[in-house]
Amino acid sequence: MSATTQTPKTQGSRTPSTTTSKAARLLGDRRLPVLVTASLFLVMYIAGLSRYQNYGFGEPQVFLNLFIDNGYLLVAAVGATFVILSGGIDLSVGSVIGFTTMLTAWLVEEQGLPILVVIPIALGVGAFGGFLMGYVIHNFEIQPFIVTLAGLFLFRGLCLVISKESIAIDDSTVSSMAQAQASLGMGFLSVGAIVALVVLAVAFYVLHYTRFGRRVYAIGGNEQSAMLMGLPQGGTKIAVYTVSGFCSALAGLLFTLYIQSGDPLHATGMELDAIAAVVIGGTLLTGGSGYVLGTLFGVLVLGLIKSIIQFEGTLSSWWTKIATGVLLCAFILIQRAMTARKKT
Amino acid sequence: MTTTPRWRALTQHHLFWPVAVLVALLLINVPFTPDFFSIRMTDGHLYGSLVSIVLFGSPLILVAVGMTLVIATGGIDLSVGAVVAITGALTCSYISDQADQSALSAVLLAMGIGLLAAVVCGLWNGFLVARMGIQPIIATLIIMVAGRGVAQLITDGQIITINSEPYKLIGGGYWLTLPFSIFVVAAVVAVTVALTRRTALGLLVESVGGNAEASRLVGIRSLRIKIMVYVFCALCAGIAGLMISSNTSAADGNNAGLWIELDAILAVVIGGTSLLGGRFSIGGTVVGALVIQTLTTTIYTIGVPTQTNLVFKAAVVIVVCLLQSPKFRAKVFGARFGSGSGAKGSGTPAATPADTTPTTAAAPKMEVS
Repeated sequence: MSATTQTPKTQGSRTPSTTTSKAARLLGDRRLPVLVTASLFLVMYIAGLSRYQNYGFGEPQVFLNLFIDNGYLLVAAVGATFVILSGGIDLSVGSVIGFTTMLTAWLVEEQGLPILVVIPIALGVGAFGGFLMGYVIHNFEIQPFIVTLAGLFLFRGLCLVISKESIAIDDSTVSSMAQAQASLGMGFLSVGAIVALVVLAVAFYVLHYTRFGRRVYAIGGNEQSAMLMGLPQGGTKIAVYTVSGFCSALAGLLFTLYIQSGDPLHATGMELDAIAAVVIGGTLLTGGSGYVLGTLFGVLVLGLIKSIIQFEGTLSSWWTKIATGVLLCAFILIQRAMTARKKT
Repeated sequence: MTTTPRWRALTQHHLFWPVAVLVALLLINVPFTPDFFSIRMTDGHLYGSLVSIVLFGSPLILVAVGMTLVIATGGIDLSVGAVVAITGALTCSYISDQADQSALSAVLLAMGIGLLAAVVCGLWNGFLVARMGIQPIIATLIIMVAGRGVAQLITDGQIITINSEPYKLIGGGYWLTLPFSIFVVAAVVAVTVALTRRTALGLLVESVGGNAEASRLVGIRSLRIKIMVYVFCALCAGIAGLMISSNTSAADGNNAGLWIELDAILAVVIGGTSLLGGRFSIGGTVVGALVIQTLTTTIYTIGVPTQTNLVFKAAVVIVVCLLQSPKFRAKVFGARFGSGSGAKGSGTPAATPADTTPTTAAAPKMEVS
């Protein structure tokens, strides 16, 4: 791990006069952080392989489980990628996820609605919440940070208003959906994992091959220029937060499937995981630069840390937080080195 | 307009709206609990709703005061909750290792260790923000994520309970009939106000928040100022951490100070400090923190289900932010009061983020509430 994170730093610290335009070009390459994250993932995976060979780490299912166990985080992080690319931030992700699990559980269990009706309702509520936040952020020019903070309070509060207790879901359709598996020959994927991969593919297409995607990058790069170019900056901003709300709600549904209950305290702090995954995936927090594929690797790295800690057995769960923090720090410093170089 | 000049001056004072909200919240309680304002003496201690509001609000006031200075430099510190947890965890685990938990020297040493850890966290935040030039939200996010893990590492994932008389004093003890923590808060606030308003320090902080580059060019060591405010903020959070863990006689790495950063930011915003930096009001922040604590207490006493607490807070954040937004005020109030009077057009003088000459306007009338 340290080897991969060291490489760009050492190159960055060389004096510009003696170099090595190669290093400069490498540092200036926007794909570099994604590559660093991908190779970090590979190194960690290989290290895991060599260390836990006899405990079944090498089985393909362990790899596929990364997607199954982190599908909801991937969806949430994809939503966060949109927001961060546009130069904003969304702190309400975890609360919206928690609220969606609660709403779904309540509608299915206490109101007896079929899950197929509940899904669009939950998605609609999440997207509408995101739309409202985007509307306030754009129209009243309040910092995204504080508006989504209000969203965080609001949705967490609404969770508690629905019920203080957790609600278990016994609905047969839900459990059959949760247990459905798609066989891939060497292993299987759950519904949640497949949905997450589909969301990732759609996000990749939208960000790189549609006008909306270009606008998101343009606004994140420089809002003023984007406006002067005549891009519909307000609509894009609102849309970005709507996308994030929608993704959070979808992540909430996947989380409900994964955990089969609603609890007002589900997914507390998940927004930090999502933001960390995006940053580790190489998206610049100032916006305008980054790849949604990087987010995939960011989520995979976080997931792999969790599995390695499980395989190690002696390490406690809080090491996940510490490792996440250390990685976050390392990648922020790499980003810093990159942007500093670009300016000079 | 028929308003007298004195009334106009009053409504335009930067503390008017926060104080008005606080008074309104307090009055709301009266129909529900008629003896809300009564303070009685039991066992030589003062009891009453007002005392408990200040007592339970004191960690929040401390954190919010530190946060005010950070926000005044245009930054933000998300790590205070984690710092609260780390300080409490370190101090309690040190005390619990002692043979005699009530030994004064051991308790003082433990508190010293805890506060030292807080200062280290602050130095780290300041280093990342000032030296490395990383956005404050992100730089402090690192400790926010990792800090809780560290706190749990220190307590080994357990809730450490201690039984120490001297340590109990700072968060749950009484002195001169009042809770001791009130004195701690008063001392910190007084020192902060003295340092920022009786010396040039406050002006320097505001100038760094207004324009860090320009301040550097006129010879202010803006890097040093920035590091200083993060250290100060972490130190305040550390004291709050001591208070919280002492009040419960336990250190909980997971839940101590959870979301206190959000409450603190909210308190600062209610107090009229703009999130854009460049001006601040310690008095406003104290009132803001009291508003939040009163809101919580009110929700308990008037019998609204406690779980709606967060919804209320969300509503307050939204309303306060909307009132602070120049665009919102222009849209809503502009049509009615816009061009003409000016007496009511600036109806929320506590909040004018667009104010470009903050220091001259704010400095002379800065007094503690």
